[in-house]
Amino acid sequence: MIAQAFQPIYTQIKSLTKATISLDAESVQYDELAWVDGRAAQVIRVEGKEVTLQVFSGTEGLGTNAKVVFSGSAPKLRLSPLLAGRYFNAFGAAIDGKEELKGEEQDVKGQTVNPVRRQLPSELLATGIAGIDLNNTLVTGQKIPFFADPDQPYNRILAEVALRADSDRIVLGGMGISHDDFLMFKQRFNASGAGDKIVSYINTSEDPPLERLLIPDLVCTTAEYFANEKNEKVLVLLTDMTLFADALAIVSNKMDQIPSKDAMPGSLYSDLARIYEKAVQFKEGGSITIVAVTTLNDGDITHAIPDNTGYITEGQLYLKKDSETGLTIIDPFRSLSRLKQNVIGTKTREDHPQVMNALVRLYADAAEARSKKENGFDLNAYDKRSLAFATAYTEELLDVQLNISIDEMLDRGWNLMSRFFESYELGIRQNFIDKYWPKA
Amino acid sequence: MTKGKITGILSNLLQIKVDGPVRQNEICFVLKNEQRLMAEVIKIKGDIAFAQLFEAGTGLQADDQVEFSGELLEVSLGPGLLSKNFDGLQNDLEAMPGNFINAGQRSEALDLEAVYTFQPLAQPGDKLKAGDVIGEVAENALMHKIMLPFKFEGTYDLVELAEAGDYNLQTAIAQVKNEADELLPVYMVQKWPVKWPIKTYENKVRPSEIFQTGLRVIDTLNPIAEGGTAYIPGAFGTGKTVLQQAIAKNNRAEVVILVACGERANEVVEIFHSFPELEDLATGRKLKDKTTIVCNTSNMPVAAREASVYVGMTMAEYYRSMGYKVLLLADSTSRWAQALREMSNRMEELPGTDAFPVELPAVIANFYGRAGKVMMKDGREGSVTFLGTVSPAGGNFKEPVTESTSKVARCFYALSQKRADAKRYPAIDPLLSYSRYLDYEEFQEYTERSVETGWTEKVMRAKNLLAKGIEARDQISILGDDSVPLDYHRDFWKSELIDFAFIQQDSFDDTDMNSTMERQSFMLNRVLEICDKKQDFEDFSTVGSFYKKLINLFKQMNYSEFRSDDFSKFNEELDQVFTANEKMEAL
Repeated sequence: MIAQAFQPIYTQIKSLTKATISLDAESVQYDELAWVDGRAAQVIRVEGKEVTLQVFSGTEGLGTNAKVVFSGSAPKLRLSPLLAGRYFNAFGAAIDGKEELKGEEQDVKGQTVNPVRRQLPSELLATGIAGIDLNNTLVTGQKIPFFADPDQPYNRILAEVALRADSDRIVLGGMGISHDDFLMFKQRFNASGAGDKIVSYINTSEDPPLERLLIPDLVCTTAEYFANEKNEKVLVLLTDMTLFADALAIVSNKMDQIPSKDAMPGSLYSDLARIYEKAVQFKEGGSITIVAVTTLNDGDITHAIPDNTGYITEGQLYLKKDSETGLTIIDPFRSLSRLKQNVIGTKTREDHPQVMNALVRLYADAAEARSKKENGFDLNAYDKRSLAFATAYTEELLDVQLNISIDEMLDRGWNLMSRFFESYELGIRQNFIDKYWPKA
Repeated sequence: MTKGKITGILSNLLQIKVDGPVRQNEICFVLKNEQRLMAEVIKIKGDIAFAQLFEAGTGLQADDQVEFSGELLEVSLGPGLLSKNFDGLQNDLEAMPGNFINAGQRSEALDLEAVYTFQPLAQPGDKLKAGDVIGEVAENALMHKIMLPFKFEGTYDLVELAEAGDYNLQTAIAQVKNEADELLPVYMVQKWPVKWPIKTYENKVRPSEIFQTGLRVIDTLNPIAEGGTAYIPGAFGTGKTVLQQAIAKNNRAEVVILVACGERANEVVEIFHSFPELEDLATGRKLKDKTTIVCNTSNMPVAAREASVYVGMTMAEYYRSMGYKVLLLADSTSRWAQALREMSNRMEELPGTDAFPVELPAVIANFYGRAGKVMMKDGREGSVTFLGTVSPAGGNFKEPVTESTSKVARCFYALSQKRADAKRYPAIDPLLSYSRYLDYEEFQEYTERSVETGWTEKVMRAKNLLAKGIEARDQISILGDDSVPLDYHRDFWKSELIDFAFIQQDSFDDTDMNSTMERQSFMLNRVLEICDKKQDFEDFSTVGSFYKKLINLFKQMNYSEFRSDDFSKFNEELDQVFTANEKMEAL
């Protein structure tokens, strides 16, 4: 962070807010990075000669005579295979005590992939979790968030999914995560022996919130490098996107922008889409799959952050605690994988779509029976059967701790249906019933 | 030509000091490192023009040079539009090399070297007006009419017309003389500004025919008319896009324009992937042959979202003026509205509801108003049927985009979260949704002629049964299973039967995904017939299991080819269920 030779130094700041400063400067580029008394800042507005900078760590204590030096370009990152196994902060500086990377710098605001050059994502990404593989099957090149209440063990499950899924490279972007969770990721990655294939960009809750805004660009640029240039299968983990969006709201507020729903900036949809749309399957074999975390406020998915996310991502995995069994499950109702159609029944067994739907429908019958029971009504025989089914379904399939193959999940599904129901109650094609219905 | 210099940058909003005249909505180019970045003027104040850049503003500086084009945002119209994949500014995406699109990269919409076999359809000496046909060329399955350019005002004499033969798009195929005796060349390709409707038709007529989509809940219960408008609002995960794609696949239009506006790239990729393979039910050719895709996905420039829907509409109107049946699909109009909001916000305009610009309802009304069925002066008919999706924030229909659209679209397909959660697809709420065309007299007359007599009454009966069933369900859930009369259970299960047997449709099953009107009328009659049959039950629990057997048989029928052996077998079994039930009762 030393001024390059011949860079002019400005020392006359005209105005200061909590997060921004304004001054007169020559030939400044939009989005250019700068340093204000050593603090990182970025150009967010140009008006004639006057330039407005956002100071990431806040302006507390800055004087009107602070030294401002411009870097000459928007944020850049040094890309090389040596990124693997390393930990960096939001500016791409090493935080693992090892030496800084060398190599050519590249822009972090990458270009858009030409839609006609994208391939249809259709390679199965198995995790051993039935709430994902059976009900919401993932494919490489997909983007999907976990929707979780803050008390859910989302980061632990995220780490588990990352280590179980087959990938060449994992890029972790931590935004406002607790230091404890950061250590948990580090410990799990190292213990699994996969530490070498992981690149991490970390902004913990102890770091300035605005610095989080830089993390997704670094993560995506790194992922694009490995996927496009090295043809690798890259898995991107982003946690927690809600805290990223909160940082966007702070900046937009300081810029006097009129907020839209839930005090979020009107551009929230585009801001989030720019990140999630980096998920891609390239023709040459490389891919970027994004699994993110969006924490919810008391399960409210109509809040602007999860709402906009849901419109962008290819489904969502809704973590919840099952009240009957106390197990953590992926909610079969609200969860969805939009790309599962590309693989289920074709890359997995033919009966997969119908078994999956029948199980969820029966689980819905159980939910109705439960609300009947809660309202004090008598349950009929079918209601009782469906309730018993729901408990077995949760314990034998939905529990996120389980790690089983998809064929095993389907077999268990048929077993469950035959234990609690008659075949005509399922609405499954006759030829599948003939083939898979367990013989007594 | 007017030139200018950048004086202000805020994201993709530029302030440019200009040295000459500028038009509202004029296109200008920022010159940066050999790139020409396109922008559109959206406000002018003194010698400062405000322009929205169709790129990100990263790297731009004050004092960067700007050139003004003098033109509005225009599209090229001519043979070769079909089967193309465009971006929101009509760049041909296939013609761009590399995996990535670079800032400022552009490509020609139409291949000007491409050769078409021209057939003249006019005589030298003919008096012509804009939109009059002077010849035609074959484009995939359809005959592409070559018309006197829409920009030509007044009457023209056809002086010279090319003979039948092969010509490329750069060759003048005719010479015409205007009222001032000036000789003007006519090419097979012309340009037209996207914000202006193409109005070369004689008059607009009231839509009266069913526009078939193959979906029972639409064609039968809430039909859209050819030349009509419809909108599909729904929270995420309720199946908006799957529904729209099902319509894109199963319709019988002659031209389909699909606009992917600010939505997921992988959804468009799926279309790129499947349309060259899928068969067009109307012609037996491939779907790709009649389809043009305009694709401005959510990570592509925000400012081009608005352009993309207009580019799509203008191309649709172009084919309509040749006398074709065009279907225009836009997914999603909310993203376009959001793009308007972002810009209005940066311009510091006073906001309307939810920070949307106050003119939003007018903008949406104008756009929907461009659809319709038209009659040309030579008797040809053409139509643009428009279906837009809306993505309401939080799934709440009380928001500006949904509300503004409800005032102009004639059909409403409400996607319900509850139905989606229960995997009842398509998740179109059968009672909230409506089609105003069912009330049109000309539409009723048409169904009498082409479907069967008394059709609309039957549709209404089915709807009433549904409403009654849902009321019964509410009563049952308040009072409990055994505290209501048995009739309530029967009414409820009748509505379940209509739901499972008729409304729900598996868009991933090759047979069930598309149902002809003949099949739909057979099924509706069969369902109503079953509902009318005498049915006695001992207690409420037998009602459910009886109807579940019926539903299962109807589902198996839906999965079987119409009038196949399986189909007839399941159909007969329906009656056996009744016989079995009567026997049970007799015991």
